[in-house]
Amino acid sequence: MQFEIETIFQIAGIGIILAMIHTILKQMGKEDVAHWVIVIGFVVILYMVAFFVNDLFQEIQRVFLFQ
Amino acid sequence: MEIVQIVGLGLIVTLLTALLTDKSPQFSFLIIIFAEVIIFFFLIEKISDIILVLERLAVRANINMVYLETILKIIGIAYIAEFGAQITRDAGQGAIASKIELAGKILIMVMAVPIISVIIETVINLIPN
Repeated sequence: MQFEIETIFQIAGIGIILAMIHTILKQMGKEDVAHWVIVIGFVVILYMVAFFVNDLFQEIQRVFLFQ
Repeated sequence: MEIVQIVGLGLIVTLLTALLTDKSPQFSFLIIIFAEVIIFFFLIEKISDIILVLERLAVRANINMVYLETILKIIGIAYIAEFGAQITRDAGQGAIASKIELAGKILIMVMAVPIISVIIETVINLIPN
């Protein structure tokens, strides 16, 4: 379980930091850049999550005898 | 005491989600998906142990393996459909969630058709002409 907990904190940390960066960039008046920062961060984390979901589905297929 | 681990994980995820929801709801949603995947991973090891025992019992009872395999596939479909439906319902899309559930039910029905036909044939054979 150790590794997975770390990943959850990673995702939460990235989310908080990106929210901060978004606020700062918005205050500086660069709203388009702020928007792209959020989008890129979202894609990165989505990639991680998709990887894990893929693992999960593979495991389900293995356990429940789909071949 | 694995239940303590799972409850702790759930509490941590709930706190992080509460922290993130108003700032960036996308990330809190991804955290929820992630936590769900981890808990499923955790459970699936136990489930595979149970299934090994069931298989051994079925072999000793001379049950045709096709039936057991079909039942296991049905349980697998139910797990996956439940997973997707709950995630979409958490995200507020109840309509898509119910469509996923409908798809799961229909796929389960398709898988169960051979077993149902075997049952019906057996019953018909029992009835004297």
